[in-house]
Amino acid sequence: MNASAGHGASVRIEACGKTFIDGTRALEPATLDIARGETLVLLGPSGCGKTTMLRIIAGLELPDAGGKVLFDYKDMTSVPIERRNVGMVFQSYALFPNMSVADNIGYGLKIRGVPAKERAARVAELVALTNISGLENRRIDQLSGGQRQRVALARAVAIRPGILLLDEPLTALDAALRDRLRGELNRLLRALGITTIYVTHDQAEAMELGDRVVVMQKGTIAQIGTPREIYFTPQSRFVAEFIGAANIIEAPIENGHLVLPGGRQGIGGGASMPAAVAMIRPETIRVVETGRAPLSGVIDSVSFIGDRQRLVISGVSNRLFTVDAPNTVQAKAGERVGLLISPEAVRLLPSES
Amino acid sequence: MSHRSFVWLCLLPLAVVTAAFFLLPMARLVVTGAEGPQGVAGYLAILTEPRYRATLINTVVLAAATTIVTLIVATIAGMFLQRHRFPGRAVLIAMLTFPLAFPGVVIGFLIILLAGRQGLIGDLSNRMLGEKLVFAYSIYGLFLGYLYFSIPRVILTIMAAVQKLDVGLEEAARSLGASPWAVQRDVVLPALAPAFVASGAIAFATAMGAFGTAFTLATNIDVLPMLIYTEFTLAANFSTSAALSVGLGIITWFILALARSFSGSAVAAAG
Repeated sequence: MNASAGHGASVRIEACGKTFIDGTRALEPATLDIARGETLVLLGPSGCGKTTMLRIIAGLELPDAGGKVLFDYKDMTSVPIERRNVGMVFQSYALFPNMSVADNIGYGLKIRGVPAKERAARVAELVALTNISGLENRRIDQLSGGQRQRVALARAVAIRPGILLLDEPLTALDAALRDRLRGELNRLLRALGITTIYVTHDQAEAMELGDRVVVMQKGTIAQIGTPREIYFTPQSRFVAEFIGAANIIEAPIENGHLVLPGGRQGIGGGASMPAAVAMIRPETIRVVETGRAPLSGVIDSVSFIGDRQRLVISGVSNRLFTVDAPNTVQAKAGERVGLLISPEAVRLLPSES
Repeated sequence: MSHRSFVWLCLLPLAVVTAAFFLLPMARLVVTGAEGPQGVAGYLAILTEPRYRATLINTVVLAAATTIVTLIVATIAGMFLQRHRFPGRAVLIAMLTFPLAFPGVVIGFLIILLAGRQGLIGDLSNRMLGEKLVFAYSIYGLFLGYLYFSIPRVILTIMAAVQKLDVGLEEAARSLGASPWAVQRDVVLPALAPAFVASGAIAFATAMGAFGTAFTLATNIDVLPMLIYTEFTLAANFSTSAALSVGLGIITWFILALARSFSGSAVAAAG
């Protein structure tokens, strides 16, 4: 058992694939290193293999033959979950309905034979940390969704795990609460400084919480990088479209410019290619008068969002173009506008094989 | 016709049947119980008369033992059957629930074939130990019979409850370091408690009142239904048998109510 508390253990998974009994391949063999104290987010649509990877790290699934899981360079592949010293938060929270909040939080300590007095002190510490004071003696069915989430987190952290595993911990909550708890969770994870692996399908969660984000697609790792890296320099069309909003353009290149129905757009690099798939983020585009930009189009619709407005513009490329404009810009549907895009904002993507 | 009176009209047949075939005979039974030479005190005979009291204790102990052993056997089997898929599983479940199709007489007959004077166990023990082991006609034979017909009732309820168990709860307990035993003790069994109480209560009530099996094995078994039968048919002691019947009903009902109040709190705790 790994007893090192505080900053947890490092994790390495080596050639871990998973094929289920019915023959479905949930995860192609993948190798991944997670540093001590790092928060790594596994991000992807449902069925991409992110939960399978988490369950392999947890010890709830065995990887296919040849796969290895190492904690602090020690092979844990055949060690069952109960001896891996991992804290886990489930999507359903899986709180024990036959125990009070305090008993739930203290369960792992009780199993470890921690004396009652010491246990109570640790439970009190976590109740304070997760902001659920006063709920200690409640039954689980008397808690709101947000409170359950905190109890589940407190229970997982109580045992001072080497690694904290969170499986979509905010998905069951409504949107407003989810946003608030996300910030809270972020502060808590930073304060704990424990190695954390966080599974989500929500890119906003991944961006805010992850030191690094692993974007997954159909059982493979599409890209690993910091939130900035995967946002600004996606390595595939899938990543570009999955993270944030993106305009994807397929166009021929002439003299360092993309040739589009709405005009010509300069590009940073890759000018020697005959054609390219490019990505342009909506917020990097400036709306100007038609004469002042090489690119123009007609406003299809305007959605006022509050902090900004989203314009959908036709006639720029062969599909609708999305632009995020400041909320002060006067824009009406039917109007022709110029679009100013700096060449650096145009990100060329490898064409799909 | 208003909606309300229509509903009342629909309930009328039920009311008639309930009154004619349930409430009236019950009332008559209660009255008959008090018409013996001792009057209302006849009801106390079930507790004061040593033979009746011994029979009552016998019956309750037998029913309780049947319930407990049934729950243990059925829980292990039900959990296994629900959690595992293997060839022949459906056939095995069908066989385990087969006794539901048999009346008590047939079950008594089966017990005699197994442990009676010409039974299988007697034959085997005769050859191996030189002594014929016969227990079909005793309370042990009756216990075996009750077990046989209680297990299917309980096993189906347990299987349904196991199916509804959140596997996440077990995984959570394991992630917190709980051994397989601790998971069962702290998570699985508490979650199944309502199913234990519900199916256990039915097993208990059935064992308290079952007659066919006891009658088939008969000779020297003292259980309440047999006692009522002998008082009624052999001694023509109507008032005593009526009092015993009411006593049997009340005791069984009381224990069921007790179980239900426990399960009520268990269900509430289980969310």
